[in-house]
Amino acid sequence: MEKKTLLTIKDLQLEGRSGNAWHPIIKGVDLTLHKGEVLGLIGESGAGKSTLGLAAMGFARDGCRISGGTIDFDGIDLRTAPESLRRGLRGKRIAYVAQSAAASFNPAHRLINQYCESPVVHGVMAREKAEADAVELYGRMRLPNPDEIGFRYPHQVSGGQLQRAMTAMAMACRPDLIIFDEPTTALDVTTQIEVLAAIRDIVRQFGTAAIYITHDLAVVAQMADRIKVLLRGDEVEDADTRSMLTAPREEYTKSLWAVRSFARAEQPTATGTPVVSVRSVTAGYGALDVLKDVSFDIHARRTVAVVGESGSGKSTTARVITGLLPQRNGQVLFNGNPLPPSFKARSRNELRQCQMIYQMADTALNPKLRLRELIGRPAEMYLGLKGKALEARIRDLLALIELEPDRYIDRLPSELSGGQKQRIGIARALAAEPQLIICDEVTSALDQIVQEGILKLLDRLQGELNLAYMFITHDLATVKSIADEVVVMQQGVVVERGPKAAIFADPKEDYTNLLLSSVPEMDPDWLNRLLVKRSAKAQEP
Amino acid sequence: MTVVLSILVALGIFFVVGLASRAGLRSLAPAHHKPTYRDMPLTASFGLAVIVFYIAVAILAPVVAPYGEGEVTGAQFLPWGAPNYLGTDKLGRDMLTRLIYGARNTVGIAFVTTALAFMVGSFLGIWAALVGGWLDQWLSRFVDALMAIPALIFSLLLLTIFGTSVLTLVLVIAAVDSTRVYRLARSVAQGIVMMDYIEAARLRGEGAWRLIRREILPNAMAPLVAEFGLRFCFVFLAISALSFLGLGIKPPTADWGSMVRENATLITFGDVTPLLPAGAIALLTVAVNFVVDWQLHRASGLKE
Amino acid sequence: MTEIWRMISQRLLLGVLTLFIISVVIFGATELLPGDLARELLGQSATPETLAALREQLGLNESAPVRYWNWLTGVMQGDFGMSMATKMPISELVGTRLGNTLFLAFYAAALAVPFSLLLGVLAALWRNSIFDRASNALALTAISFPEFFVAYILILWLSQSGLFPSMVRITDTTSMGERLYMAFLPALTLTLVVTAHMMRMTRAAIINLLASPYIEMARLKGMSPMRVVLRHAVPNALSPIINVVALNLAYLITGVVVVEVVFVYPGLGQLMIDAVSNRDIAVVQAIALIFAAAYVLLNLLADVLSTITNPRLMHRK
Repeated sequence: MEKKTLLTIKDLQLEGRSGNAWHPIIKGVDLTLHKGEVLGLIGESGAGKSTLGLAAMGFARDGCRISGGTIDFDGIDLRTAPESLRRGLRGKRIAYVAQSAAASFNPAHRLINQYCESPVVHGVMAREKAEADAVELYGRMRLPNPDEIGFRYPHQVSGGQLQRAMTAMAMACRPDLIIFDEPTTALDVTTQIEVLAAIRDIVRQFGTAAIYITHDLAVVAQMADRIKVLLRGDEVEDADTRSMLTAPREEYTKSLWAVRSFARAEQPTATGTPVVSVRSVTAGYGALDVLKDVSFDIHARRTVAVVGESGSGKSTTARVITGLLPQRNGQVLFNGNPLPPSFKARSRNELRQCQMIYQMADTALNPKLRLRELIGRPAEMYLGLKGKALEARIRDLLALIELEPDRYIDRLPSELSGGQKQRIGIARALAAEPQLIICDEVTSALDQIVQEGILKLLDRLQGELNLAYMFITHDLATVKSIADEVVVMQQGVVVERGPKAAIFADPKEDYTNLLLSSVPEMDPDWLNRLLVKRSAKAQEP
Repeated sequence: MTVVLSILVALGIFFVVGLASRAGLRSLAPAHHKPTYRDMPLTASFGLAVIVFYIAVAILAPVVAPYGEGEVTGAQFLPWGAPNYLGTDKLGRDMLTRLIYGARNTVGIAFVTTALAFMVGSFLGIWAALVGGWLDQWLSRFVDALMAIPALIFSLLLLTIFGTSVLTLVLVIAAVDSTRVYRLARSVAQGIVMMDYIEAARLRGEGAWRLIRREILPNAMAPLVAEFGLRFCFVFLAISALSFLGLGIKPPTADWGSMVRENATLITFGDVTPLLPAGAIALLTVAVNFVVDWQLHRASGLKE
Repeated sequence: MTEIWRMISQRLLLGVLTLFIISVVIFGATELLPGDLARELLGQSATPETLAALREQLGLNESAPVRYWNWLTGVMQGDFGMSMATKMPISELVGTRLGNTLFLAFYAAALAVPFSLLLGVLAALWRNSIFDRASNALALTAISFPEFFVAYILILWLSQSGLFPSMVRITDTTSMGERLYMAFLPALTLTLVVTAHMMRMTRAAIINLLASPYIEMARLKGMSPMRVVLRHAVPNALSPIINVVALNLAYLITGVVVVEVVFVYPGLGQLMIDAVSNRDIAVVQAIALIFAAAYVLLNLLADVLSTITNPRLMHRK
């Protein structure tokens, strides 16, 4: 079928300013988009995906400038066109859906007023017609109470619903092109499915072309006809979705695909006294119980993954074990002995046994201390090491996390990459020579390739040092690759727990099933199959 | 006409001093600090030059001043001309000499006061943020109530009660200003205390003293130093205002605020002499503000 | 809506509580005096008889809580007690002068608020332009000037040439037009000092706002810059701007003291300075209470206004 070209970008160059100097962000990228086609833009953070998406609207953020190339939208050169012409296109023929709908809706106006703004200002339709149209689109986006929801303010609507309302708003003028900038990244997996399905349906219904920006390969596989991979402002590869997934050409693309292939070897069932045993713990803030009757064990050399969506209480569980939030009821046993509820009442040795690694390495490491002190302090404090012995220990630890001691020992955290910082977090935990390490979303803030390195390192260290891990995560792909046992939590309650293989193969609870089935897979037909399956199940009596 | 001319002259001096100071800093700075001074705005380099000049004058006052601090050198209100280059005041003391000693007295007293306010305010603020709980609540509510009384008004009230001497002046202003420092130090420290690295240090079992010294203070330094500059300006202006009102530093100590007050009558005759000490106050405050503004801008720029 | 009334009444209650604490602090401050107030006032040479008489007059023989209670109930009825120095009732001294000071403050506010908001918004819109940099440098300079420096420059410039008077003589019969003319220089001085602060804060508030994602969204919907500012930025900027204005009007209260002295303006500030020099404690306490009350009320008003203009608070879930 002959398709008409909608957007042609040639040799686009874009620069950002730091101080008085300009540095390149996008270094000569070409892009072609046909009418009704969905192009997926993927890449890691700093690849220039969002910047390229905005450039397709002839827009550069403050402190950025388009410095070369052409952007041709349906015969109009967006680079040379006057600003008034570009403004006439934005919102009318090219629309934008932002990552955080909660921040991108104006808090001062009702949703429907924001919906009507584009059609009325651009002269597409009158106010009354736009309002009626809004209600219809809200319905198509499967928003609850479409007649009424538009008259709410943004803060009165949930995140998943806001994201759908924003997609409806982008559709208001029936544009030729919509830029979706990571529209589901901030959402929980079970919410993400609904938004993905709604976005895909409406784009297909109106035959709208789209650029779908994301860092999640499985998501883009469901949404895009064609995928373009970016790396540091350069194009790596561009191919249609199926051939890109089955036969990636470039090494970088292959490595992206390979990330999720890491899997930990099966472990024999654990016996003996668990390192940590959480027994019927109830805890919370004020009058509110965030955790209700939570129990599970962690044995030496075992990784227990605690999974759940935001608000499930998984991080609160970690705060109870570390003693930051003393429990109201129940006990935390360490090697069979009860721990005092508050960390303030625990002995130095009890504190030493349980260490923590945080999600954001940036805020977990004091930016003003050098690695020598960051890693050395626990060793000095707990083990009484001094002088040469301390220095030798710090060097050993650096070597253990695969950083060359001579090069790194006197650096500040700001002189490290994201993955290296996370390694320092690991080294600091190891310096205390603990039995248990709690890993709180340790890979969530990292790019996928870096994630794999961290997971492999943690796996190796566990074997060498006989560690028990509690792995808190919302990312089920990580669970699949590293966990021995899984604890599924929802709203402060343990829904289900058991060995990984059993949970994944045969979940007993509906919620576990919903959670597991909502994790996008690389197969481009996955979303279709899932939706068919779910609607069939809903039809059942 | 004279207004336009004097503005032009002022601008000219500003550019010459600013450019010269920037060039000087660039050539003197050690290699790894050079980039700091390369993008430095003229306002900041001008400010630095002025501050250095004031410090030099304050230290060298007895050497550079032509007469003694309280020495009567001639008739009252002599016009400008040798040997009293800037004339004499209402008691016949040399204006230039008193201006030079004023740098020592006015700036010195303001500096001591600010330092005192800072030590008290920032220690209590950081401590309250770290400990939290009822201590923080009570201290903060108390400070809020004190801050609901405008600073100058509160200072005037306290000065009425305790009488006006240099010591009470320093203590009163330091006490009133420490509430403002407390507020800032607490909010800065609260931002830091929320960080995971503080949680990690607490879980490690570190004591309060080490938490403040190694974990919080190094990260709070940049905003606190900028605040010190701003606070100094406030204190300096407050002390000058009180002296001008006759309630601050008392004669015969040479002080810029009271010099304006003593010689104010000359203004009505179109003589600019009383404006010189006022201008000296303004110039130093401008200079400090310029430097602080640059530092704040740099700190926010580095964050991006 | 009941929610909003509850919040507002909470704020009002808090305001009353703050005023109460302030009255305790202002009254209690005299108790900090190391010795005896009567001896402090009369000096070491006073005879026991005069001391006893003064103690009786000041009510020092009563306990502190009783004296506070008497003082507070008096203040509530507009009776601030007697001035030691002038032997006149304080309410009489304060009466007309309070009106004069309020007149000067409103005069300066009427000049400063529109002027500085306009400058602040323009500087924010054209940020990093020559206009922005120049106005920023000028504002920093103006902030750094002591009020009396600004005042004397204006006198030298505008009063020497005979354009405006450098001393303000206001009586009950002075007409409005004359008042505006005579008080022009003091009002201008206050305006210049306050404008600089207010402009910088307005600029910062607006820039902070323009960086929010919903402003980028409005631009990406193809809205004109004018519409982006008026419809998307301004409704959200109200609350920060109200706070900026209140903060600076409160600052005017302090600035008024020095300016009144320079221009010999018959207001509260000058009365206060005289009272401080004479150590007329009752008068100083009364004026401090009035200034502090004005300050608290301004902040309270700003608090209530910014609550009302905040959609998140107006429309609860």
